[in-house]
Amino acid sequence: MARMKFLCDAERCIECNGCVTACKNENNVPWGVNRRRVVTINDGQPGEKSISVACMHCSDAPCMAVCPVDCFYRTSEGVVLHDKDLCIGCGYCFYACPFGAPQFPQAGAFGLRGKMDKCTFCAGGPEKDLSAEESRKYGSNRLAEGKLPACAEMCSTKALLAGDGDVVADIYRQRVLKRGKGSEVWGWGTAYGAPGREKPAPAQPQPKS
Amino acid sequence: MRAKVVAFAAIAALGLAGCGERPQEMVQKTGKYQGKPDTVPWDSPQFGGKQAEWERAIQTRTQNQNEYTRIQ
Repeated sequence: MARMKFLCDAERCIECNGCVTACKNENNVPWGVNRRRVVTINDGQPGEKSISVACMHCSDAPCMAVCPVDCFYRTSEGVVLHDKDLCIGCGYCFYACPFGAPQFPQAGAFGLRGKMDKCTFCAGGPEKDLSAEESRKYGSNRLAEGKLPACAEMCSTKALLAGDGDVVADIYRQRVLKRGKGSEVWGWGTAYGAPGREKPAPAQPQPKS
Repeated sequence: MRAKVVAFAAIAALGLAGCGERPQEMVQKTGKYQGKPDTVPWDSPQFGGKQAEWERAIQTRTQNQNEYTRIQ
């Protein structure tokens, strides 16, 4: 199987924020943290475009490269996750991320930052699968239930696609051929590398337990 | 008297047990994941380690996003 990817079709996104709501509900995301959000360009003008943005689980993730405590890892399915027990909430990943994905809940008074929180592709984190601990720290683990991220499955216009990168690309290709326009996939070159770029970093080996 | 000696010896042994000097520095291997290991998604109770079954479930779900194949 190929790696997991997100794809947002700007021709289809109607800015309904269903993905944002689905994510918040599925993962019990606290107030002030937005794992996913909808960005609209040229809002209110003819030809405005909206896109749903979250962690894209980059092939060569900059957050992984800059983390001073190396709390990030990539699963065998290409999902970029992190260990919250190790995160020190420094915020380096936020500055490195081209999508503004890392979020920091306010942990106390005086603007104290908590541990980083971001989209997990609904794959939980480094705790026992589907455990209460995993749910509390990272949210839902739909991937372990054989399901795709809630945001994509909830998308009413199927603007947001998730899943095996090859299949997702095929769906989009077919769509573009049918409608004859809108072949630009926002963020894909940045996240997964444009053709001709060097190979992505290999996945971390995962011990089976 | 004997009980006192035994109690003293036990207290001394327990007290000295805390004197061990162990290295407490974190071993940081730069560029390598330092956190807890994670399990693969098909190790969940639903799939019981059957990777092929999990992949089939994910492929079906991914294909369900394509309305050109769902609606003819």
